[in-house]
Amino acid sequence: MDVLFHNVRELVARAEQEGKQISELMIEQEMLMSGRSREEIMAQMDHNLTIMEAAVERGLKGVQSVTGLTGGDAVLIQNYIAQGKSLSGDLLLDAVSKAVATNEVNAAMGTICATPTAGSAGVVPGTLFAVKNKLNPTREQMIRYLFTSGAFGFVVANNASISGAEGGCQAEVGSAAGMAAAAIVEMAGGTPQQCSEAFAITLKNMLGLVCDPVAGLVEVPCVKRNAMGAANSLVAADMALAGVTSRIPCDEVIGAMYRIGLSMSPNLKETARGGLATTPTGKALAEKIFGGAVVQGD
Amino acid sequence: MKFTSVFDIIGPVMIGPSSSHTAGAARIGRVARDLFGRQPKWAKIHLYGSFAETYKGHGTDVALVGGLLNYDTFDERIKTAFADAKKAGLDYEFIPETANTEHPNTARLVIGDDEGEMSVVGISIGGGKIEVSEVNGFKLRLTGGMPAILVVHDDRAGCIANVANCLAMHEVNIGHMEVSRIERGLTALMVIEVDQNIEDKILQQISLIPYITKVSKINN
Repeated sequence: MDVLFHNVRELVARAEQEGKQISELMIEQEMLMSGRSREEIMAQMDHNLTIMEAAVERGLKGVQSVTGLTGGDAVLIQNYIAQGKSLSGDLLLDAVSKAVATNEVNAAMGTICATPTAGSAGVVPGTLFAVKNKLNPTREQMIRYLFTSGAFGFVVANNASISGAEGGCQAEVGSAAGMAAAAIVEMAGGTPQQCSEAFAITLKNMLGLVCDPVAGLVEVPCVKRNAMGAANSLVAADMALAGVTSRIPCDEVIGAMYRIGLSMSPNLKETARGGLATTPTGKALAEKIFGGAVVQGD
Repeated sequence: MKFTSVFDIIGPVMIGPSSSHTAGAARIGRVARDLFGRQPKWAKIHLYGSFAETYKGHGTDVALVGGLLNYDTFDERIKTAFADAKKAGLDYEFIPETANTEHPNTARLVIGDDEGEMSVVGISIGGGKIEVSEVNGFKLRLTGGMPAILVVHDDRAGCIANVANCLAMHEVNIGHMEVSRIERGLTALMVIEVDQNIEDKILQQISLIPYITKVSKINN
């Protein structure tokens, strides 16, 4: 079955030609591919939004992972915002805190919605629930935010990769941050082209990011990488809305990300054999958590 | 095109911490159970690449066992899957392998009970999406995104037509189909992706067709 878009260029061209939002094209394509009704598709995304909302709320109350490596940072950041002293801005820090909240819940084996993966699940909802306070979107606009994110993620997943084991963290948090940036732009009233610029600017700044989880756990540095992914996407969205464009077209940035991923050492692709995982502290933590553990189940 | 739905990207709803290593692993376990047709009594689970290196930290092990117990990606019981397996009479063993595989997140599940055994190779390709790349030594490519029927049969003329006729009789539409064989004239495997979930009685009818040795299915 033919799809409505294979890459970002086609996506933007079709959106402009038909005078539609990117979220609308994603919804139409889903209807086409799955044969399901618009109502069913919107209801499923509404459910995913509810899951994301609950995860943020849970994280903001404070959670701890089983290992104790992560948890509680979302609360610290919220408390700091409440003191009115933030330097980078309340909205940006709110997004950071909510991204962290989601990933702290994920690390604690709580329920989340992968966007596009679990390790990068904080960025899209984190930015959404922060931007929400400024833009006051309707529920439908919030659901559309997820379809716009999904449209860009769809292109990356099919033309490159969203797997840390294949492409490093740039494929996960890099993709998530780009997806969020594009969705912020659409919600703020930007054009489809500006969505594409925001995605490109974001991903360009996350190229080369490796996946080097300490002890192989989705905790260190994953949680804080989601924080910075959220910050990156907000700044890039603002830049695109200001009229800044990317010299390298969006699809070419995605291509570059893929090729960088292919040439990355397997040690830096979710094997915990390099980077932060093999620092003295990283190794000591791994030993402390899994030292003497048996492989065979009982 | 590997990813066909927006819900492959915004989704699945799942228990943390990793879409490829936890949710994907649960799906691989569940597909293997589906193909086996019942809950196995034992499972030898070989892990390759990133799966082998980080399975404990990602909960890949509990998720695979949870999948064999028929738990979905969002089932909170994944966390207690080891204890649940014990109660359900499922013995399991994890064997981390050093061999290189085509995809970094690969698991080979050899599962069985008193009546038979089966080997299934699953790969987790990102965001919780999986593919089955081998069943009982037959290479294939099954996404698990659509319901499918797997038919092991003698490599003889007419087998494929008979199975297709049986499906046509029940108005089951075939979306994609491929046939592979280990050696000409011996055993072959038909993989048929269909548009709707398959009732057991259809499977039973297929199994009665001459030269068909085994039929299994994956529902969606």
